[in-house]
Parts: sequence; structure tokens; C-alpha cells
Amino acid sequence: MDENREKLLREVMAADFTLIDLNLYLDTHPTDQRAILLFITSAQRAKMLRDQYERLYGPLTVMSSGMGCPWPWIQSPWPWEKTSL
Amino acid sequence: MWIYDKKLEYPVKIKNCNPKMAKYIITQYGGPDGELAASLRYLSQRFSMPTEEARSILNDIGTEELAHLEIVGTMVHQLTKGVPADVLEKNGLGAYYADHDHAIYPISAAGNPWTAEYIQSKGDPIADLYEDLAAEQKARATYENLINLADDPDVIEPLKFLRAREIVHFQRFGEALRIVEDKLAQKKFFITKPEFLKKRE
Ligand SMILES: [Fe+2]
Repeated sequence: MDENREKLLREVMAADFTLIDLNLYLDTHPTDQRAILLFITSAQRAKMLRDQYERLYGPLTVMSSGMGCPWPWIQSPWPWEKTSL
Repeated sequence: MWIYDKKLEYPVKIKNCNPKMAKYIITQYGGPDGELAASLRYLSQRFSMPTEEARSILNDIGTEELAHLEIVGTMVHQLTKGVPADVLEKNGLGAYYADHDHAIYPISAAGNPWTAEYIQSKGDPIADLYEDLAAEQKARATYENLINLADDPDVIEPLKFLRAREIVHFQRFGEALRIVEDKLAQKKFFITKPEFLKKRE
């Protein structure tokens, strides 16, 4: 995978991980307003990075698979492949 | 339901094959304290959790464990990809190769296939959450053992990430347990075993 793509994908992964971790915290602290605010701003950042990645390199979820023939979703690499990063 | 996201939760890019290490790491795929057991345990227990906090934490940690299962599977895959049969055999994977070639199959480090006997789903939220706390500690300890066996930073970094997640999960389950215990302590709030309570009187 080319360098720019790997760099951007790693940024998407890091941004999404922030949301995963914050969400677990909010599950047991549902009234922590500071954390809720942090989740909202982190989610905006994650969405921006995701949109950017998908525009350049193809869909991360099948829902965001744009038009294309052959179907863009099936294109390699899949995340477990050595070439995926 | 779930929607697949075409990326790992944490990057895995292992340059050098190491079938011996793969034989150990696979235990977190299909072993007694592995990610498959963790995920199925939490995703099964969530149906009988009595509070919103407990339901959501089991749902969401159970989901994250599926992402961990994928990370571990990816590590085993990359550690063994293209390794010839005789090299696998020399590294203790001869029997595995006979049954599974280079495929990924849920077994423990000792070769025992995954079994639902590794998990419980008791319908009693206190019993279940205590099991979950113990499970997270056992998984943490397993990752520490694996880190001790590893010498490649490409392998050690994801293992360190997974170990750190077990500590976070333990913390969150502890909070959920406290919330559930508080709720159960409230009078007239019978969410578990009203039959038992009646018979005891
Ligand atoms: Fe965990």
C-alpha cells in the first residue's frame, strides 16, 4: 500500500479508536458532559478523515460503496492482508 | 446487527514470519481466555442485564472483542503466511497443518478446539459481571505471557494494545457491577430471582 494511503488509513483508525474508547466510558458515565462534548468533536474529526479516505481510496463500509463496476467493495486489500498497510 | 468496517481496530503489519509465535498467539483466537470466548460471553450475557449501563457495556465490549478476534487472527495469518509445511512441522504446527493447512481455526496454544464450556451466561447479572471481571484479568495475564515469549516489535506492539484494552474493559465492568449492585440494593426492585427471594422467606 502506498505511503499516503497507509498514513491516512492509520489516521482514520486512530480517530475511530478514540470514539470506541470514549463510548465505553460513556456507557458507564452517561451524564459526563465533558466526555459527551469530547465525543462529538472527535466524531466530527473521524468523519472528516473517513470521508477523505473513502473519496481517495474506496469504501470502508459497504454503505459508502459508491458507483463502480466492478463493485468497489470487493477490492483488495482486506485488513488482514500484509499489503493492507 | 453489525456492519463491517474494512480496517482493523489497531494496525498489524508483521514483516517476518514466526510460526512458533503463531502457535502461542492463536490461543487468544480460540483458547480459554481468548477473544472468541470473550465476545460470545458478553454478547450472550447482555440479554439478561438489568440496567442500561450494563446492557450497553456488554454490547459494546462484546463488539470490540470481535475486533480483537480479527486482530489476533490477522497476526496468526501474517506470522504463518507462505511458511512451508516442513518449517511449520519443526515449529510444532505439524498437526495443525494436517487439519487446517494455513487456515485460521479457533484452538488454544495446546491445540484444544474452542468450546462453549469456556464461557457462562447465568442470567444473574452479579454472577455474570464477576465472571467478566475475571475473564478480563485472565486475558490480560495471557497477553503478558505472550509478550514475554515474543521478541519482534511488529508482534509486541499489537499485543501491548490488546493487553491495555483488557485493563480498560476490567475498569468498565467494575463500574457496571457497582451500578447493578446499587440498583439491586434498592428496595422493591426485583430484577433477578424473585422466585428465589420468595422461597427464602
Ligand atoms: Fe476484553
